[in-house]
Amino acid sequence: MRFSRKNLCIPYALFLLLFVAAPLLVLAYYAFTDGTGRFTFANLTGFFTNPNTMGTLVYSLALAAVTTLVCVLLAYPLAYFLATSRMKSRSVALMIFIIPMWINFSLRITALKEVLTAIEGNLAFYPFLNAVIGMTYDFLPFMILPIYNSIEKLDPALLEAAEDLGANPKRAFLQVTLPLSIPGVMSGISMVFLPAMTNYVVLDMLYNKTYIMGSLIGSYFAAYNWNGGSMIALILLGIICLFTFFSDNSEKDTVRGGARF
Amino acid sequence: MRRHNSKLLNKSHMEPDFRQEMKGMSREKFSLQGRNRKGLTRLGAGLLLVVLALTSVLSPTSVRAAETDQTKQGTSAETGNKSDAGTDGVSAAETGNKSDAKSGEKTVTLRVCNWEEYMDEGDWGASEAIDLPSGKIIGKKAMIEDFEDWYEKNYGVKVKVEYSTFGTNEDLYNMLTLGDSYDLICPSEYMFMKLISEDKLVPLSDGFFDSSNPLNYYTNGVSPYISSIFRNHEIDGKAWSSYAAGYMWGVTGIVYNPKLVTKEEASTWDILSNPKFKNRVTIKDSVRECYFAAVGALEHDKLVNPDFVNSADYKERLEDLMNNTSPEMIAKVQNWLQNMKDNVYSFEVDAGKADMITGKVAANYQWSGDAVYTMDQADEDGIRLDFAVPEESTNIYFDGWCMLKSGIGNDPDKQQAAEAFINFVSRPDNAIRNMYYIGYTSCISGGSDPRILEYLKWKYGARDGDSTAKPYDLTYFFTGDEKNLDPAYLLNVPAESIQRQLGAQYPAKDVIQRSSIMRYFDVDQSKAINSMWVNVRCYNILKMPVWGWVLLILALAGCVCLVIRKFRRKRSSV
Repeated sequence: MRFSRKNLCIPYALFLLLFVAAPLLVLAYYAFTDGTGRFTFANLTGFFTNPNTMGTLVYSLALAAVTTLVCVLLAYPLAYFLATSRMKSRSVALMIFIIPMWINFSLRITALKEVLTAIEGNLAFYPFLNAVIGMTYDFLPFMILPIYNSIEKLDPALLEAAEDLGANPKRAFLQVTLPLSIPGVMSGISMVFLPAMTNYVVLDMLYNKTYIMGSLIGSYFAAYNWNGGSMIALILLGIICLFTFFSDNSEKDTVRGGARF
Repeated sequence: MRRHNSKLLNKSHMEPDFRQEMKGMSREKFSLQGRNRKGLTRLGAGLLLVVLALTSVLSPTSVRAAETDQTKQGTSAETGNKSDAGTDGVSAAETGNKSDAKSGEKTVTLRVCNWEEYMDEGDWGASEAIDLPSGKIIGKKAMIEDFEDWYEKNYGVKVKVEYSTFGTNEDLYNMLTLGDSYDLICPSEYMFMKLISEDKLVPLSDGFFDSSNPLNYYTNGVSPYISSIFRNHEIDGKAWSSYAAGYMWGVTGIVYNPKLVTKEEASTWDILSNPKFKNRVTIKDSVRECYFAAVGALEHDKLVNPDFVNSADYKERLEDLMNNTSPEMIAKVQNWLQNMKDNVYSFEVDAGKADMITGKVAANYQWSGDAVYTMDQADEDGIRLDFAVPEESTNIYFDGWCMLKSGIGNDPDKQQAAEAFINFVSRPDNAIRNMYYIGYTSCISGGSDPRILEYLKWKYGARDGDSTAKPYDLTYFFTGDEKNLDPAYLLNVPAESIQRQLGAQYPAKDVIQRSSIMRYFDVDQSKAINSMWVNVRCYNILKMPVWGWVLLILALAGCVCLVIRKFRRKRSSV
């Protein structure tokens, strides 16, 4: 048999089947059955008709949105500065921002807890703020890296061309650099937004008393309600699929859009 | 994570990490969005095809996996017959256990699953030895290794213990559902009640209760008070005592800092919703603990009413009241807990102990064994903490050894080893080692062996000439007599220890009087209570402020606009 390059995908395809596709099927089975194995939509309707679970969805979305926004606002200027500076050791500078990722995450959050306690006095008064700070602290490197990459790879000739055509630096940034770096921002967003919806460990450790989607799923499983828990996981999966689908489109569009300016 | 004790800081994040692992299912979806998005559509289609193609292959497996949950009853009914035969065999083997010729060279493997940090791991320094009149007690080797040596010496059979741990009763139950198999486990009373009612346990053999066998340390040494509770409580007509042997027990209460909280303020469940301590009290992240506290606070007036307390059937009525799961009560509890949620500092998993010591909180709902540990740690840092048991009622809990049908099955050698293990950890010196190591209270009072009482005197007795010394009556624990006093069991202790470690480890008689067991809730009750709990912990969208709604609607509208624009642009560019 002739060796085809496609064969290289077999190990990953197997992995995918075993650890992604098969669990997904089990998940779907549980989500649409009740405790006795009968088919039901009750889990689905139950989620969308309970103001408390819907509230948790909204709360998680809000938390994730604010976290993502803060991450973009912090990461973009930094990544821009790093990528465009004439520093000889840019990669070293970048490392400084990546190094925190090497430290165990729960250790970092514990340290953050003490710092926040020292500043705020009592963590329990600002649960939402603390959650945003904790998540930002945790996910910021995931935002910096893709933005940095997309800006760094920009062809300098494009900026020179913009200058030749009479654009001042501000205009060149707004009409060339920014639109062309949007794909990096988008991939950063997708790496921050979705984990931020479910990473309840940060919330637990910073004493947020309100559930987010991740903790809600956990509580269902702890109460042996695998069906309800699976349904919520599936709903999250649906949201993620929607999100990925649209960010997929937007990427192509903005690339073209950037060129159109 | 219920009760364990170790280096505080490290422990507090082990739980989240572990839970995160457990939720691998929610993790895996991140892999979807991390993938190359250009190829996503193609990949998605490919994946779908592969999934479809393999559905036929995979579905039997997945269905089988899914069915494990619901076929519980079916399988347990099958194993029921088997193990009946098994127990007969065991009793036969048990009687002739010392001349064990037939087992010969065989090694028995005993899989034990216990709470984290719930058994002595040995390695004590010589200075740590507990010096009692009846001899020194020291943990040189881990309890498990000591058991392996002891068993081989006394039963002539080699045994290998595979020891694992669990974090919560629910984790243990999920582990069992997922197919982990153990021979001997140590869940709390409500969990072994659940397991008994699901017919998953092997009853203890007759030989185990034979008090003429000197190796039956449990039967000969268990506290009469504990054993009467185990005999008098049943589920589906089966007494606890025929399936479970008590290991540790305790009550729930409030650890508090006496500089910030008075004893009166701490002696009621209402402290959790007391606005004076807004964001300064913490409670366990556990629906059962919260439910009990809420009922206690809601029924306060009735529970402290002398008419109620002095009524003839007080104990039964107390238990019924504290286990009230009527819809009205659940609604009231939900309301109370929702207010309490805004008042407490956190729902802690394991951080409460550290937060008490670092002073982040002034009071903390705690299990008595953890309370002892917290106070010990605080003493080392020069901070004084006290323990109070609410005046309304307290939840008395037990952790008991029980044997699983799925593990023991038909194997008499295994059952013999499992029962011997229970007996070994019930030997008074081993009970003391465990108590000393973990801070909880052993169910063993020693019977004719004086060492438990000696240990209590050694640990808590007042020094000669202590002017604050007070008598402390533990007759109930050693004789089972809750009314009268036996001077032999009257300790002379420093007054302050009564509201500190001693009062937590061996609760006073009045505390025991107002203690209530929290029963096992059946499927419907659990369902109602768990959905109440989700409602408490979730963010109620109806409480969202107007600006929240405005933002939400704007955000939704923005998304819709974006999507529409995308589609239009796409179409126009085609």
